[in-house]
Amino acid sequence: MLTTGLVVITVALAGAALLSLAVGARDIPFGTVMHALVNPSDSRDDLIITQSRIPRTLVGLLAGAAFGLAGTLIQGVTRNPLADPGILGVNAGAGLFVVIAISIFSVTTLTGYVWFGFIGAAITSVLVYTIGSVGRGGATPIKLALAGAAVTAALTSFTTAVLLNDVDTFDQFRFWQVGSLANRGSDVVVQSLPFLAVGAVLAFASARALNALALGDDVATSFGQNVLVARLVAGLAIVLLCGTATSMAGPIVFIGLMIPHVARAITGPDHRWMLPYSMLLAPLLLLLADVIGRVVARPGEVQVGIVTAIIGAPVFVILARRRRLAEL
Amino acid sequence: MSIVATTRRRSASRARRVSSVLFVAVVAMFALTLSYGEFQISLPDVVRSLLGLPTPAGVDYIMHSLRLPRASVAALAGLAFGLAGAIFQQLLRNPLASPDVIGVAQGATTAAVLAVMVGGFSGVAVSAIALTGGLVTAIAIYLLSWRNGVGAYRLILVGIGVGTALTSVTSFILTRSDVKVAAEALIWLTGSVNGRTWSQIVPLFVALIVLLPLTLILGRALSGMQLGDDLARAFGVRVETCRLALLLTGVCLAGMATAAAGPIAFVAFMSGPIAVRLVGGGRPVLLQAGLVGALLVLVADFAGSHLLGSRVYPVGVVTGVIGAPYLLWLLATSNRTGRGG
Repeated sequence: MLTTGLVVITVALAGAALLSLAVGARDIPFGTVMHALVNPSDSRDDLIITQSRIPRTLVGLLAGAAFGLAGTLIQGVTRNPLADPGILGVNAGAGLFVVIAISIFSVTTLTGYVWFGFIGAAITSVLVYTIGSVGRGGATPIKLALAGAAVTAALTSFTTAVLLNDVDTFDQFRFWQVGSLANRGSDVVVQSLPFLAVGAVLAFASARALNALALGDDVATSFGQNVLVARLVAGLAIVLLCGTATSMAGPIVFIGLMIPHVARAITGPDHRWMLPYSMLLAPLLLLLADVIGRVVARPGEVQVGIVTAIIGAPVFVILARRRRLAEL
Repeated sequence: MSIVATTRRRSASRARRVSSVLFVAVVAMFALTLSYGEFQISLPDVVRSLLGLPTPAGVDYIMHSLRLPRASVAALAGLAFGLAGAIFQQLLRNPLASPDVIGVAQGATTAAVLAVMVGGFSGVAVSAIALTGGLVTAIAIYLLSWRNGVGAYRLILVGIGVGTALTSVTSFILTRSDVKVAAEALIWLTGSVNGRTWSQIVPLFVALIVLLPLTLILGRALSGMQLGDDLARAFGVRVETCRLALLLTGVCLAGMATAAAGPIAFVAFMSGPIAVRLVGGGRPVLLQAGLVGALLVLVADFAGSHLLGSRVYPVGVVTGVIGAPYLLWLLATSNRTGRGG
């Protein structure tokens, strides 16, 4: 049953990828798309597809999968249904370090950004989680959300302080900041693959441990689970996945929040199923959001980060309104 | 009973003392902002110029077109942010729940950026639009978190979600214009009191004349509400009405201040807790928080203009940099005592 579901979603994902190749400022018939995939020529349509739409679609697939996995991990580790890299300030941390990279170290390539994005994401996640879990009741949803919002506000001030004196950096940064899949070269895809692969392996390796953690630290320990190691492995995966995806596509909010809930609704709370479902559902949503963004404002486009924010905010509100925000 | 009365009187007199000291400090800082700069103006000349008496050449121009607008907007916006922050924090009984954390400021900001960059408005129109944006956002957050009454907890979470979405919209608008225009908008987004005109200051001033007394009157209900909704009801406080009125007042204050000076980071957030610490005794402090806010903005603006080397930083950068470590400390300590939620 659940395996069938995975097949259905994979087919849907392939359909979304095809849409992402065909739809845009210039619509290209599916026949031509297929032709360009199999046997590219030098025609204008074929060039658009190979030079622009294929990298864009690949970035969407990879970044989406990474956000989906990271969202499931982050909600599992914190046992917090509202955890999301955007809400928890991880994106703001990555953003600040990307600005530092562009402005101070004159980094212009993705490989350069990635490392800074990682460091920023790692420092911020540890910081927010530590602050949010001090005191009574551990890391409750509201403490983490407030810590994340507050840390975001603080980091944004520093980011702005750098940007104010550096118009060129600001010009690069403002387009990165909205979250977009456009104009990423295929080198971006190649460079980020190893990071994402390691992150995904770690993610699937921690599935069992997350199931144990869901029962509470005491029960998990009594099952022979080393709680600290489990958190560290999952944390490393989150940083790798979030850091790379954010560097690739910019800080895209709410995807990591919504997808795990959809996956959980389908599969139940078993992380061994939730993780593959999230990994396929998130790129599906991201690619569809990207296609919507290209269609609604022709000939221009609305960046995918804006579309996901507009879809995601209502979902967040619905989750926050639940009578009892049960810890996972 | 007499012990209770004495303690109460003592703490009230301490609150009054704190207000007086803060007021004097604000006036002193205001005077310093007027007199200090590339072109020094002596204090007697400052006073003479304010009173319209004859002064040396150039003084009147610098005073009336540059420094007086700057000092006024700093003091007034700081006062409004401080009051708004304290209202939200004390109403929601959470030191982290200030308008800049829970989405109200983001609503005003997004509306103002839309008005300036897309609509091409300026002056009073921007104030009105920012205020409307803040109000609409606040009402939306309030309604979205309504469920047999509004729980503070839900209100904060919904506000954070709405604020995050609005921030995306603001970033989006920033990508839609020429980089020079966007860079100017960025300065405003940081919060700046530089180059303000009277058309931006007068609306804020008028709003404060109305809202300050209103806040202080409504604030009396706060001490009852601090005991919790049920006890407050038992004491005869009309909880929902009072809460809504206070929230609206707070939103108007934050919206007007944002329209005039931009969303100056952390002023709303820091002022309340500082005032509580100064006054002590766990009583609601609104006026004191407003004065702390005014002082913070004046000092931060002075530091940004004169103390950080040759570069001039907008006030919001300075308050952001002061605010960040303070915030971390507050988060850590308030969580330890269990007040963080």
